[in-house]
Amino acid sequence: MLQRTAVLFGGTLLGADSIFAKNIDWEAIENAPESKGIGLFSKSQVKLLNEIADTIIPETDTPGAKQAKVGQFMATIVSDCYEPADQQRFMEGLTTLQAACEQTNGKSFQKCSLAQRTALLNTLDKEQREYQKNKKPGSGQPNHYFRTIKDLTLWGYFSSEIGATQALRYVETPGRYETIDYKKGDRAWG
Amino acid sequence: MKYDAIVVGSGISGGWAAKELTEKGLKTLLLERGKDVKHVTDYDTANKKDWEFPHRGRITNEMKATHPVQKRDYPYSEFKPDWWVNDLECPYTEVKRFDWYRGFHVGGKSLMWGRQSYRWSEWDFEANAKEGVAVDWPIRYADIAPWYDYVESFAGISGSIDGLPQLPDGKFLPPMNLNIVEKDVAERLRQKYEHRRLIIGRSANLTQPHGGRAGCQYRNLCSRGCPFGAYFSTQSSTLPAATATGNLTLRPFSIVSQILYDKNTKKARGVLVIDAETNQTIEYEANVIFVCGSTLGSTHLLLNSVAMGAMPEEVANRSGELGHNLMDHHFRCGASGEAAGYDDKYTYGRRANGFYIPRYRNFFGDKRDYLRGFGYQGGANRQGWSRDVAEMSIGVNLKTALTEPGKWTIGMGGFGEMLPYHDNKVTIDKAKKDKWGQYVLSIDCELKENEFKMRKDMMADGAEMLEAAGIKNVTTYDGGSFPGMAIHEMGTARMGKDPKTSVLNKWNQMHDVPNVFITDGSCMTSAACVNPSLTYMALTARAVDHAVNELKKGNL
Repeated sequence: MLQRTAVLFGGTLLGADSIFAKNIDWEAIENAPESKGIGLFSKSQVKLLNEIADTIIPETDTPGAKQAKVGQFMATIVSDCYEPADQQRFMEGLTTLQAACEQTNGKSFQKCSLAQRTALLNTLDKEQREYQKNKKPGSGQPNHYFRTIKDLTLWGYFSSEIGATQALRYVETPGRYETIDYKKGDRAWG
Repeated sequence: MKYDAIVVGSGISGGWAAKELTEKGLKTLLLERGKDVKHVTDYDTANKKDWEFPHRGRITNEMKATHPVQKRDYPYSEFKPDWWVNDLECPYTEVKRFDWYRGFHVGGKSLMWGRQSYRWSEWDFEANAKEGVAVDWPIRYADIAPWYDYVESFAGISGSIDGLPQLPDGKFLPPMNLNIVEKDVAERLRQKYEHRRLIIGRSANLTQPHGGRAGCQYRNLCSRGCPFGAYFSTQSSTLPAATATGNLTLRPFSIVSQILYDKNTKKARGVLVIDAETNQTIEYEANVIFVCGSTLGSTHLLLNSVAMGAMPEEVANRSGELGHNLMDHHFRCGASGEAAGYDDKYTYGRRANGFYIPRYRNFFGDKRDYLRGFGYQGGANRQGWSRDVAEMSIGVNLKTALTEPGKWTIGMGGFGEMLPYHDNKVTIDKAKKDKWGQYVLSIDCELKENEFKMRKDMMADGAEMLEAAGIKNVTTYDGGSFPGMAIHEMGTARMGKDPKTSVLNKWNQMHDVPNVFITDGSCMTSAACVNPSLTYMALTARAVDHAVNELKKGNL
C-alpha cells in the first residue's frame, strides 16, 4: 500500500467527566453567557488558544487562525484524541507559556500587544527547535509543548475551509495529474 | 436451500468468483459476513472536505478503544471508520505481534485497497523449486498469463509497456503521468544502471472510461469509495456484472462458520452460516464452494470446521500444512532526499499512485547474502505547510512562506518478499471466542534473518540510487515492519503438486475435497514482492473456469 505520513498520534479512553467535543456548535458556545468551553478547556482557555494561534497565523490579505476557529479545533483534538499524559503535558504547556509571558512582560498573554506576543512566541519557537534537535529519535521522548501547539495550529488552520480555500488554492475535482509551471507567489494546493 | 455454487466472501476474490460463476450460468449464493455497501450511495464521505469532519480525519479515544489493532496505522481514520472492523467483536491471539487489518462488509478490502497491480513473472513461480525453499508451485507463468490478460482487461489497469522480464507487461489502459522530477530521475537511473528502471505505478485506477465506469478524477480519496467507479472494486466492477446475469443471490450478515463435509459422497455438501445480526444458524447447500474469505478468514473457516467436527482433519489437512507458511510483505524502510533546480515547476492534481522500481536483486546474475528481493514504491512532490521553515519567524512571514509550496522532495520505500517458514502459523485458540461464539485464531508469525538482511539493501540501494540521480541530502529510514502491516498476508492453505505437503492442487482445488476451491491469498505458496491482488483475481477466474468444466463433465 502507498504510505502517507502520519500527522499526529493519540491516546486512550478519557475520564468520565470529559466532554466529547464532536458536533459542538461553536458559534453557540462563543455567544453563550455561561459556557463550559470545549472538552477539557474552559471558554477562556479556548480564547487563549485562539490568541496564540492567531499570533502564529495572523490575518493578512486572508483571514487568520482566530477567524478559522483554530482555537476551538485545538481544544477538540486535545480533548477527544490525546492520551491523558499528552493532555496533561499540553495543559502544563499553556501554564508554562503564561508564566514565561508574565516573566517577560509582567502580564498575561491576552493582555499583551501583538508585538509582545509575537516576540514571546518567537522565543518559545527557538527554544522548541533547540529541544527537538537534541531529542533522541525513537526514544519515545515527548515533543516540546510549543512544537505541539505550533503543529496543531498549522494543521488546524491549513485544513480549515478558510485556510484550504483562501490562504491556499483548493480544487475539488482536478480531473488530471501533470507537471505545471510555477512562479514565486503562486499559492500551494490545499 | 440448494444452489449450484456458494461463494464465501465478497472481496477481491469473492467478487470475481461470483461474477465468473453466474456468467457461466450457475445459480450462486454469495455469502458476506458483514453489512451491505451499495456502490456510490453508501460512500457517505466521498465528497466531504477535510474541515467537514470534527477531527479532520484523526481518530478519537472512543474509536481507539474499540479498534485497538486497526488504530495502529493510517488506514483506519475518521474519513471512513465503518469500513474497519471493531477488534473487540472479533479478537485474535497474537503470539508475536501481527497487525491484522480487516474490513467486514460487501466488497471487503476491495473498497480500501492500494490498487497497485503487478503480474508475477516465471522467476517468481520457479523460485521455491530452484532454491529448495518450501514446496514448488504447481503452476508456472504460462498457466496464469491468459488469466492475467482476462482480469486486467475487465478490471482496467493503467500502466506503461516497459519490456522488463521480471515484471511482465499487461493489458493496460494508458499510464498515469510521472512528474518532471520523477521523469528526470528515471532517465538518470536508466543511464546509470543496466537493470534498474523507474516506471509509473500500475494501478487499478482507470485513466479513461472503461466498462461503463468513468476515469479517475485525481482527488486521491479512493479509500472512501469512488463516486465515479474509477477504481476496481467489487461494487464498481464484479458485482454489477454478477447481478446482471440474474443468477446471483447476495446475503450480507452471513458468517460462514463451517464447511459441511459428507463422508458418503466424500464432498462438501454445503456450509453452516451464523446470521451476524440474529445469531441464528442456517445451512446452505451447493454443488461447488469457492472459499474467498481473505487469507486468514478462509483458513480460520477450515480450521474451525475441523475443530467443530464438520470436516475430518485427514480430509481438510492431510498434509498438516493448513495454517502454516504464513507470509506478508515487509516494508516501511527506504530513502528520501531533495531535488534541486525545479523551483519553476509544480504539479496539478492529486495522483492516487506513485512510481515503481521493479525488483533487480538476485536477478540478472546478481547474488546477495539473502534470497529473493524487493521493489520500491515512491513519489516526488513539493513540501506543504507541515514542513519546518526554520528561517521564518512566527507570524506574517511564516504564514506567507507556508502558503507557497516548499522544496521538491523524493522518497521511496521498499516492499520485500518474505520466505514461507513452516513455523509461521495460525492455529485455533479454544480459550477465546468471538462475538458469535466461534473459537478465534492464534497467530504466530515473525520476520526472520533473510528478511532482516534484505532490509539493509532496501535502505542502502535506495540511498545509492537517489544520490546517483543527483538528489541531495539523502537519508534512509526504517520505521520497523511487523507481519500484517502491509495487509498482503498470504499462505496457510498453499497450492502444491503433492497432497502430502500442500492443501490445494494446481486448480486451487482442495486435494481431498474436490468441490471446494480456495482462491484468495491463503492459496499462495510463496509471496514474491509485488502487490498480490491481481494474482488473486487471475487465480480465481482460472479456478472457476476449471470448476465449471469439471461440473459439466460430471467430475464434481
